[in-house]
Amino acid sequence: MSVRTLPLVFINLGGEMLYILDQRLQAQNTSEDNSEKVMNDIVGTMFNKAFMDELLKPQQLYSHRTLKTVLTRIAHASIMRLNPASMDRLYELMVMAFKYQVFLCPRPKDLLLISYNHIDTIREFVKDTPVVVNQVDETHRKIIEVYSSLSEGEFQLLRQTLLIFFQDMHVRVSLFLKIQVQNPNGRFALSTSGPVPHGTEVPGLIRTFDSKGREVRRSEFPTGGSYSSPIREGCFELHGDRIIRLGLNMYTVNHPEETHTSKAPSVKVTDDTPNLLAKEELNLLARLMGSMKAENKPKAETGFRINLFTTDEEEEEAGASCGAEESLFGVINIQAMQDEQAATELARIAGQFAEQQEQPENPSGNKGDDLLAMMDDL
Amino acid sequence: MYHKEKSIQIKNSASALYNNLGVLRIAPRRLTYFTVVHANVVNMVSASWDGLNYSHRQLQSKEPNVATSTSLIMQAAFCALPSRDLLVVTSQKGIQIYESDGSIMVYWHALDTPETPTAQAVFARGISAVRENYICVGISSGAILVFDVPSKGSNITLSEVLEEHKESITDMAAECSGSQECIADLVSADDGGNLCVWKSGEEFQLLNNIPGFDMSCSSVKLWKGTVVAGYGTGQIRLYEAVTGILHAEVKAHARWIYSLDIAPFSGLLLSAAEDSLVRVWHLSMTPETNSVEVAHLHNECVTDTQICGAKFCDGDGYAFAVTGYDLSEIIRYTQT
Repeated sequence: MSVRTLPLVFINLGGEMLYILDQRLQAQNTSEDNSEKVMNDIVGTMFNKAFMDELLKPQQLYSHRTLKTVLTRIAHASIMRLNPASMDRLYELMVMAFKYQVFLCPRPKDLLLISYNHIDTIREFVKDTPVVVNQVDETHRKIIEVYSSLSEGEFQLLRQTLLIFFQDMHVRVSLFLKIQVQNPNGRFALSTSGPVPHGTEVPGLIRTFDSKGREVRRSEFPTGGSYSSPIREGCFELHGDRIIRLGLNMYTVNHPEETHTSKAPSVKVTDDTPNLLAKEELNLLARLMGSMKAENKPKAETGFRINLFTTDEEEEEAGASCGAEESLFGVINIQAMQDEQAATELARIAGQFAEQQEQPENPSGNKGDDLLAMMDDL
Repeated sequence: MYHKEKSIQIKNSASALYNNLGVLRIAPRRLTYFTVVHANVVNMVSASWDGLNYSHRQLQSKEPNVATSTSLIMQAAFCALPSRDLLVVTSQKGIQIYESDGSIMVYWHALDTPETPTAQAVFARGISAVRENYICVGISSGAILVFDVPSKGSNITLSEVLEEHKESITDMAAECSGSQECIADLVSADDGGNLCVWKSGEEFQLLNNIPGFDMSCSSVKLWKGTVVAGYGTGQIRLYEAVTGILHAEVKAHARWIYSLDIAPFSGLLLSAAEDSLVRVWHLSMTPETNSVEVAHLHNECVTDTQICGAKFCDGDGYAFAVTGYDLSEIIRYTQT
């Protein structure tokens, strides 16, 4: 399938992560200094040139586990710390938001506009730090350069690759249920009314031609929907009106409950990824982790705690039930941890890869060790 | 005109791929086989006509000598040749040909995949049986592989490589009317909307090249010398295959078309798209005026579902089946 998914995946998922974190930082009345530092650190890591260059290389989209690991590392570039349960829930939120955007994307090419909406908002978050804004602009330019030449067919292949990646995920998100873009069964609402995508014509007409190309007959048919003409096309440049709203920040400060999630009933909560991490996947992971700058060693005294949900009670419950698949509400608990703890946490995650790496074909068990060593250095 | 029947549950959900439903009717055994692709697995269901027996099977894209990478499947389709029925599965790594019940793999063809991925994705997509003994499969480079299939056994050979398309093949279809008079045997479509019309033989001959308009043609059919093509813009176009004359243009759907099918005995046409709608049309030919008429007959809406496969279950179009992204069932409709 498409070998061009990774940059868009990270920009969009990373963007959603920042929207959620921003909402929490504000809801908790975090100081402006701290908020700015967190956003700058995360954005700086995500839009780091070396990291983006790695992403831009043509390659397959691997498993959720790899993505989650890298996104965790990106989040840990700031002074916040996420325990695995928190990251799991945060990841679900991010993925469901992106799935919604990809699913409803009017034309495959509009995936770029969705990505640009994320980039535009990210730029706003870090607007007071020129160095980081520059990084964002540079990345944006590179994305424009790489993706502008793709055909609609190639974009659709990209979109199909993403849809396969998100397949069978039906986590219900409070916000989506509230604004009715998601049904109680976890599926997104698909309207049969509204403007058709740019380049498509309103359905309902049959035209017949003679052998000379002259139209000889027109007839209409009932479409079963109520469609209207397309609105104007969004701007694909560095700055401009994107027109489509998918990819913009949907979360609002005053409604923290919006980020509640729950599993749709009778859906198996299994990660579909194979237990073996393919050699290529481990290579990718190593390259990505290695390319992220390790300069952000947070000072212990500036650690602070962020709740994704407002009551301590809910947090305790979450702490108790964080492994339970039956839990109705995912409570994301973001707590500051010491450096050493953080390193241990990462090493533990990496250790999971090493343990499960059974590759009879590939006797170089060094891969897992190298990865562990690299992570300890971070 | 049609009403919904009991759906067939499948083991996993359908992936968002063009033409993601295969149907093979086995009249002597009063069975129909269905195939639906989910990532790297083909779900096969064998359904008895009395509705009492369903048996399931799953085929993996397990290519020999590939240890760990998963290979996503692009398409699974039945090829009904006069002497035998086969199931062809195309993926990122190659082409697998099975006996029609999926029990034995009779042939495997590996695609040339470079060591480090290039900017162009590599995969096979677009499958069609042609005339007595050919199976044609499209490649992401635009090439079409022509396989010569013996009436029995696994001695399938690559007979020819057709290099005409410059963009990835999306779909292919053989003349399905059963008429021996039609000159054109096969039509192939690509991501640029270009259509190539071929005559089969020891060396396939290109009869016509109908240029696209920079919009992917995701599904194509050939019936009584007429090409019926579905596009990403939601349009359906009917062309006379050999001359390229445009007979009709239908603003059929509000989103990308994913599947077309024709019931050859009745001239019914089925179209399905990401807009959640399946439409049934009727095609009629008037040889005197060399014209084709398209009449709209029926709509079915599969709520909140982007449809990825739709096929008639029989040559008259008495029944049809539908699959949708993220849906774990094959929805069926029968004429009232």
